Amino acid sequence: MARVIVVTSGKGGVGKTTTSASISSGLALRGFKTAVIDFDVGLRNLDLIMGCERRVVYDLINVVNGEANLNQALIKDKHCENLFILPASQTRDKDALSEEGVEKVLKELEHMGFDYVICDSPAGIEKGAVMALTFADEAIVVTNPEVSSVRDSDRILGILQSKSRRAIEGRDPVKEHLMVTRYSPKRVEEGEMLSYKDVQELLRVPLIGVIPESDDVLQASNQGTPAIHLKDSDVATAYQDVVARFLDEDRPLRFVAYEKPGILKRLFGGK
Amino acid sequence: MSLLSYFFGSKPKTASVAKERLSLIIAHERTTNRAPDFLPALQRELIEVISKYVNVGVDDIKVQLEKQDNCEILEVNITLPEQPTR
Repeated sequence: MARVIVVTSGKGGVGKTTTSASISSGLALRGFKTAVIDFDVGLRNLDLIMGCERRVVYDLINVVNGEANLNQALIKDKHCENLFILPASQTRDKDALSEEGVEKVLKELEHMGFDYVICDSPAGIEKGAVMALTFADEAIVVTNPEVSSVRDSDRILGILQSKSRRAIEGRDPVKEHLMVTRYSPKRVEEGEMLSYKDVQELLRVPLIGVIPESDDVLQASNQGTPAIHLKDSDVATAYQDVVARFLDEDRPLRFVAYEKPGILKRLFGGK
Repeated sequence: MSLLSYFFGSKPKTASVAKERLSLIIAHERTTNRAPDFLPALQRELIEVISKYVNVGVDDIKVQLEKQDNCEILEVNITLPEQPTR
């Protein structure tokens, strides 16, 4: 069975695409055959983050409409053997996506032997976002420690619990995971930022990881390399931990405690 | 206190303000946004039935659905008018 995972958040700009790219890469690196689908019809971005924008020929809507088959549309990732990207269409509007069409694509991916399908949701709670979560078995809710993001995450959790197929058919509910991104332990320590514990307490969803705020994320997207591949980066390590926890491995939380810089570091600078 | 914090430069902690505001708004939105569609109809019909026997108004019946862990609690609160002593 292919496991369908939606990466969602409600609010835009919190790190959904960055997370989709890194988690799908992480699962592929672990040997699972993985597909990552961009559901942001009209505003495709996943291809840029994955660094395959120049190889896009066909897209999700082409496959849904039968203008191309899945094999033609899937782009093989340049970093991982087992990873394939299905880009979103740029030209058509969101109404081009139908529930039947998405279901057909997911079924076909399962027939092709995929272990995981990651659905990168668009922002908002409109059709595109609902379509991305409709067939989910698990959901990664990406949240920034900031008021509007937390509130929007709660809204999207409500939609997961009412509009997903699992909810409508009364099956086991979608397994929810909370991921806090752009986290600054220093600001939390100073009482300027909600702690990951606060966010978890408010949303009441099990935590799968905390990704620290870092300049590396921009560096990664500049190059079209998913952040998980970066060398010597806290963000990459944090994403690897998230993938491990997703696979039920025990990993303690890292990068959540603030260490005051020592006297040497303060004198001589450093990163 | 304010004088002390003035001298020692401690700032008000905005994170705790954020948490308090969020816990209020989220609790409120959970009861309104996540209520199933049938609640208003249920409330209307309950009023119809009960008003056959007791004199109750629209505001005397409150229907709420709450979720605690894995179980949902349907709370129906009916305020009966004071019985006239016979």
